[in-house]
Order: sequence, then structure tokens, then C-alpha cells
Amino acid sequence: MSDTDTLRIAGRDFGSRLIMGTGGAPSLEILREALTVSGTRLTTVAMRRVAAGTRGSILDLLAELDIALLPNTAGCLTAGDAVLTARLAREALGTDWVKLEVIADEHTLLPDPVELLEAARTLVEDGFTVLPYTNDDPVLARRLEEAGCAAVMPLGSPIGSGLGIRNPHNIELMVEAAGVPVILDAGIGSASDAALAMELGCAGVLLASAVTRAQRPALMAAAMRDAVAAGRACHEAGRIPRRRYARASSPSRDETPAF
Amino acid sequence: MSCTGPRPGREVAVLGGGLIGLAVAWRAASRGLRVCLADPDPGSGASSAAAGMLAPVTEAHYGEERLLALNLRSAAAYPEFVRELENFTNMPAGFDTRGTLAVAFDRDDQAVLAETARFHARLGLDSDRLTGREARRLEPLLAPGVQAGLLVRGDHQIDNRMLHAALLAAAEKAGVCLHRARAGLLTDGTERVRGLLLESGERLPAEHVVLAAGCWSSEIEGLPPGVLPRIRPVRGQILRLAMPAVPVLTRTLRALVRGRSVYLVPRAHGELVVGATSDELGFDTGVTAGGVYELLREAHDVLPGISELPLVEARTGLRPGSPDNAPLLGHTALPGLIAATGHYRNGVLLTPVTADAVADLLTEGALPEYAAPFSPDRFAAADRLAASTGEF
Repeated sequence: MSDTDTLRIAGRDFGSRLIMGTGGAPSLEILREALTVSGTRLTTVAMRRVAAGTRGSILDLLAELDIALLPNTAGCLTAGDAVLTARLAREALGTDWVKLEVIADEHTLLPDPVELLEAARTLVEDGFTVLPYTNDDPVLARRLEEAGCAAVMPLGSPIGSGLGIRNPHNIELMVEAAGVPVILDAGIGSASDAALAMELGCAGVLLASAVTRAQRPALMAAAMRDAVAAGRACHEAGRIPRRRYARASSPSRDETPAF
Repeated sequence: MSCTGPRPGREVAVLGGGLIGLAVAWRAASRGLRVCLADPDPGSGASSAAAGMLAPVTEAHYGEERLLALNLRSAAAYPEFVRELENFTNMPAGFDTRGTLAVAFDRDDQAVLAETARFHARLGLDSDRLTGREARRLEPLLAPGVQAGLLVRGDHQIDNRMLHAALLAAAEKAGVCLHRARAGLLTDGTERVRGLLLESGERLPAEHVVLAAGCWSSEIEGLPPGVLPRIRPVRGQILRLAMPAVPVLTRTLRALVRGRSVYLVPRAHGELVVGATSDELGFDTGVTAGGVYELLREAHDVLPGISELPLVEARTGLRPGSPDNAPLLGHTALPGLIAATGHYRNGVLLTPVTADAVADLLTEGALPEYAAPFSPDRFAAADRLAASTGEF
């Protein structure tokens, strides 16, 4: 890893691998501080909760901080609803990027895989750059990539749960197979969760509640920023193999270089 | 009464006739100042939409300890404020001191409530943890599924519509001259505000103008850009049900239901206020099917008995949101213009303390110490940034 390490999605480079969400922030000032500290260059906003053109809004704040906006379709329960919301966002905001969310029910907020794939196909065809929020299912991820999505964004655990990464093995399988960035999106509760996502080889981490609902959001934003950087560095550095028994770090005799 | 008599002008013109504007006008007039006030439809905004909770404790949030101190001060000032108002006008203000019960619906909500209780304890705030059974002993119609409660005896409520009516009467009785018209700022091309300019073209000269226009405060005609931090409208949908003679609820109920919040505020005269949603869609004041559905769903989950009550009103209010959720009190960057706005979720609660602080500023030239942290210039760094981009 070097200073030029960037997150590249659909040919666009972002200087941070931490993507932030804004939901749950107690105030705009606290959000401003948290976003600034996080170092994020890309932030997602629910289109159902804001209107473009409202002065003094979250959108103004992102423009002022020069953070790219990623509209999302949070709250949509059908492919039709999500497609419509994405089109309205494109019209209002002049961006064809969308974080595609199609949830199955309001209790679990889990993605509905069938509706999600349907919406992704429609939006890709319509010229959108689609970043789908998906289950931690390697097969579905492959289908989304085949549909033309610019990234796949699997959950670690349900949105807002803070339960971390429940199936690290599947995330690893997705990373191994994917030709587009895999971004861990949902379930992050603590810094170690974010670091683990990066160690598993994810290209980035998207989180909101872990920071916005923390007791001290700016401090947690700093923790997440550092965790993502640490996890990325760890992944790039190549960890040592796990061993069953100890191996002294100061060897008492010469070692063969290779083993 | 006319504001443009033989005398050269008024000392104070208030822009906005909601709770804040009227209370400021009444308090200023009571101290002997000559006051006029302009509002096309006094009390039609957030003042009448609000639920009227006076809840510094259950509204305490992480990182807002400074605001908490102001909220507590205003809550403590309420009994005397109401007594003076009722004595002066001979009208009831609808003050109700039966307290507040917060409850948790499922295990996740219970964990949040427990954390809230620890937060209260750390801040020295008075709240008592209850089991679900204890909560239902206080409010027998609570749903059996309610897991736990938190009793906050000091969080009261007031009927904000009765309060507004009383304040309107008080202001007029104290000699405030009321203009039911839209108004902008009068600057006469100078670097100072000179009064108000009504839409009819009538001028209301004044030494000071108090800006109390709620969520419209940043939209006022004649307001130069950048003189105060932007106030934005935060929409809230809120319902009113009619309660039978035997009430389904006797104190304010604040519930966490699967991570969502809902409150139910019972009025002594047989009304149950259920609120509130929160979104930012500009000045749109529409009521949505989803908003009403979600409020009723959550309210019904904790208090199933509401399903039989007549739904008599569904409306929206626009909370005046400041960048840090705290009010803007005191001098703005435009000489002569004083802010009393941006109260966000706490306008009703902060009415007494705002009125007294602004009256102090008008008569003594300085804000009292407790209000000084809420000066509009506290976002100085953001101001500089805005200046460099030419937009706040």
C-alpha cells in the first residue's frame, strides 16, 4: 500500500476506502465533524428523506465538504419502486450513480435478492452506475456482476445491527471471485469489524450507524478511518500463516530463507 | 392601535407570531418597551403542530449537554411563566405536570432504554427504571409485550395551542401592536436593520428587529446573505385523536418500538397527540399515507386501545432546524437584527427562557450568561468557509 492507494469504482478514483452513510446523525454539525474526520470521499444519502434544492441540507453539506454524493434507494420494497426512486434521484441530482437497495421487509431490512437483481438489470440497461446492497451470497454477487453492476456490496449482518461480519468465509469467496470491487456494506459495529472486512480483501467499507449513533460520532469516525487503513495495510502486507505451535521470533540458529 | 403614530417608531419589531415571537413581544412590552409584531397568520406553523412536550430529560442526547442545560433552565422556569401568563390573561395555558413514561417494546429497545437510563444517571438527571409490570401498573392499557420502562417525573407537557392563545392575548393586553401581514426587513440600503416592511408597503420603523420566523427565518425578504446560519425546515407529521371520558393514557408516553420512536401525549381535555415523523423535503407540508401508517402502527403496538379512538387531525409542522439543533439567540451579523429562532425540536420548551433572554438583551444590552453559548456567531469557522464559497 502507498499514499496513492485509492478506491476505484467504475473508473472513478476515491482517496478513501471508507464510504459513509448519513442516517441517524443527531445534527448536521455533528455529521460535518464526523464526515470530515472520517476522510471519506463518497457518502450515501437516502433519497426518500431529502429533497434536492433545499438549502442548508445534507446535500449542501456534502457539496461544501467536496464529498461525492451516492444517492440510495433505502426504503424501497420492490424493483419498480427502486428503479423509480433511482430515476428521480438522477433527475434531481444529476448523477447516474446509485446505491441500489431493495429490502424484503422492514423488520430485518434484508435485501430481496430476486427484486434486487431485477432492478439492477433495469438500471444498468438505463445507463446507471449501480452499486447494489446485497446478501453475503457469492452466487448472487456473481449474478449482479454479470448484470453489469460496478461493485457488489454485501452485508456483514443486518443494517444497523452492529453484529459485525457473520459469515467471513462467504465474503472471502466473493472477493476471490469478483472482478468488481467488493464493499462491505452493513452490520459494522466496531473498528475491528471494519478492519476484518479489509483483511478479507474487501475494496472498501460502507458504514453509517456505527458512527452516527455512537456516543461520540467524530471519535468513532476516526476509529473507523484508522481501522479501514490498518485492515487494508494488513491485507496488502500479507499475514503470516497460522501455526499450531509456537515459533520463537528470535531464532537460535540460522533459518533457511524460504521457510 | 397603530405603530405609525405621532411617535417616530417602536423600539422593537418582532417578525413572527408563533410561541417564541409572542413570548418575546409580551416580555419586552411588560418591561416597558414599545413593541410591534408582524405575522400573516400567528401560530399557524410549528407552534400549533407541536405536541407540547416539556422534556429536557427524555430529549437529552449525547453531545448536547450544553443544550440540556438550557432546556433544564427553561423547564424549571415554566411553572412561574405559566402562573404569570394565566394571571395576566385569565386564560388557561394547559400546563400538565403528570410526568412522562418511556417504554421499550422489544429486547433491542430495552437495551437502548437501559443505556438511556445510564446516560441519565451519569448526567445526574432524575429517572427511574421500571419493569414491564411496573410500567403497566402505572398505565394499565399498555401492551403486554412492553418490556421495560423509565419514569421521568420532571418531564411535563403543555397544550401548545392553549399556550399560544394565551400568549396572543397577553401580548395584545401588554400593548403589543399586531400586524397580520407578511413582512420583510427594512434596511433602507444601510448596513443596519431599520424595522419591518409589510407586504402592503407599510413601514414599521424600529430600533431592533427580533427574528422569530421559525423555519422561514432564512427566507425573509431583505435578509442579506450570511448574516445568520441557515435554518432549514425539518418536516414532522403528527396526529390528534379524541379520547373518551375514561382516558387510555394518563401521562406522556414515549416508546421505542423495534428501534423506532413514537410519543403519545394525553391532554386533560380529551385529546391524544401522536407523533412524529422526521424528514427533510423542503417546505412541503404534505401528510403522507406512510407517515400516518407508521405513527399509528407504532402507537398501536404499545397502546392497542387507540384503535377505537376517532382520528380527528393529521397535519405537519416544519421544525426550524439549526446546524447543531440548538437555538440561535442574540445579535446577528446585521446590526439591529436579533435572532430568536432555530429551536428545532424544543421550541415550546424553550419559550420562557428565550423570551427572558431576548428581553434582557433588549433592555440591558447583553444576553444573560446562560444564553451566551447560543449566539448565532458560534459557527464562526463555518461562516468563514461559507464566505469563501459565497454561500452559506
